[in-house]
Amino acid sequence: MYTDKVMDHFMNPRNVGEIEKPSGVGEVGNPTCGDIMRIYIDVEDDIIKDVKFKTFGCGAAIATSSICTELVIGKSIDEALKLTNEAVAEALDGLPPQKMHCSNLAADALHKAIADYKAKQEAK
Amino acid sequence: MRRVYLDHGATTPVHPEVIEAMVACMRDHFGNPSSVHSFGREAKKLLEDARSNVAKLIGARPEEIIFTSGGTEADNLAIFGVARAMRKKGNHIITSAVEHHAVLDACLALKKEGFEITVLPVDEYGMVKIEDLKAALRPETILVTIMHANNEVGTIQPIKEITRIVKEHGAIMHTDAVQTAGKIPVDVNELGVDLLSASSHKIYGPKGVGCLYIRKGTKMFPLTHGGGQERKRRPGTENLPGIVGFGKAAEIMTRDLPEETSRMTKLRNRLIEGFTAIPEVKLNGHPTDRLPINVNVSIRYIEGESLLLMLDMKGIAGSSGSACTSGSLDPSHVLLAMGIPHEIAHGSLRLTLGRDNSEADIDYVLQVVPEIIERLRAMSPLYDRKEAQACTPIK
Ligand SMILES: Cc1ncc(COP(=O)(O)O)c(C=O)c1O
Ligand code: FES
Repeated sequence: MYTDKVMDHFMNPRNVGEIEKPSGVGEVGNPTCGDIMRIYIDVEDDIIKDVKFKTFGCGAAIATSSICTELVIGKSIDEALKLTNEAVAEALDGLPPQKMHCSNLAADALHKAIADYKAKQEAK
Repeated sequence: MRRVYLDHGATTPVHPEVIEAMVACMRDHFGNPSSVHSFGREAKKLLEDARSNVAKLIGARPEEIIFTSGGTEADNLAIFGVARAMRKKGNHIITSAVEHHAVLDACLALKKEGFEITVLPVDEYGMVKIEDLKAALRPETILVTIMHANNEVGTIQPIKEITRIVKEHGAIMHTDAVQTAGKIPVDVNELGVDLLSASSHKIYGPKGVGCLYIRKGTKMFPLTHGGGQERKRRPGTENLPGIVGFGKAAEIMTRDLPEETSRMTKLRNRLIEGFTAIPEVKLNGHPTDRLPINVNVSIRYIEGESLLLMLDMKGIAGSSGSACTSGSLDPSHVLLAMGIPHEIAHGSLRLTLGRDNSEADIDYVLQVVPEIIERLRAMSPLYDRKEAQACTPIK
């Protein structure tokens, strides 16, 4: 049911873990099935230097988290904000229709982490 | 890679003797059992031999067995058949919250037709409470349908006691024995039930065949109309190869039941002990009133589908009540009915044993599982090592 790319990212997820002093953290819950994802970002001069994630969810949720980190490392904040759920699913060569909602987690958590970073910047 | 099939609750491999019997039936006895000639008579003999074997499996008389297309049709035939026949007497049906969808959805469909349905709750082990049943019975109750053992958590209901109360009240008693007939001793007279569903593919027979036991004198209407086959209760030319396979499977189950039951129980207990020794893993279902083939555990902080995928990569086949594995994205209605919170139902794993499993299979599972759990937990935002502690052992 999953593409080879999904299975690869599920079995060998990239950038799992936490960042000790993150520039921003974003956590989202999936209202459809109750799964949770947390993303940590490390930002320097508005460039995303590092991303780590932790996910409690299905194979698609873990794979989308993983590829999402790959897609945004090295990107500017503005570029990262343009990342859509569809783009994440596409980068995995597609997801089964009933699993499309899982791809929402990754991009949403990332956008939240960036919002968190921005709020912290403004507070400074 | 080693492959370990632990999803016998979903379906079982067809027994070689069953395949042989089915092939012989198709090759040598293609006749229509209703025909007068020798071809028909030979087919009829196979049909009736199969009926005897299935009857023997559940302690019934052959003429009380109606072959169907499986457990689902048997459940529907029982529920709709009684509802239609007894409508003048009453319109109330009692069932339980942990039934298979074949029963629950049939009852739901009757609700739309104006029947009143009471869905009994269950306790933390998935067991129906006798007091709840007593309180739910009304003068207009015509049918009570409660499963013998649950397909997800393996809890065995006190059907004998339930039936006694239902019969005293004057209602008809149906039990879905799809998970028990062939796996534990089932005797319709010992249980006292009027109707009982069984299925072939859960006991090493082919898919798409099952039966409904109908106690002599039970009033019910057929769902389909046509020829006179199966005492007009299920007309249509019989699925003879399937029925022959079911008969053979029933014969083998009757023969091997005592031995297999004790072997399965040992393997099951080893799995349960192994799993519950892992911190924050809890057994779902009843610790002792439980199918010998069923293990169902909740593994905290991880999600069932990702666990199944990782197990599959190691050749191990299981199933889960996680929302993520269900088409509807709802967690198992059985686990929720038992009061298990959503996030714990999420991490549920069902492993169901069968004849092809060995001690070495259990060794293998218990060797690879802790590693997989550790890996998924390390990835989980809900897991905090410091808080993890061994769960209380099951009494
Ligand atoms: C308890 C129970 N009832 C009914 C069924 C349906 O049986 P069948 O697959 O033969 O239609 C199943 C099988 O999934 C079951 O486990
Ligand atoms: S996160 Fe639950 S179905 Fe994918």
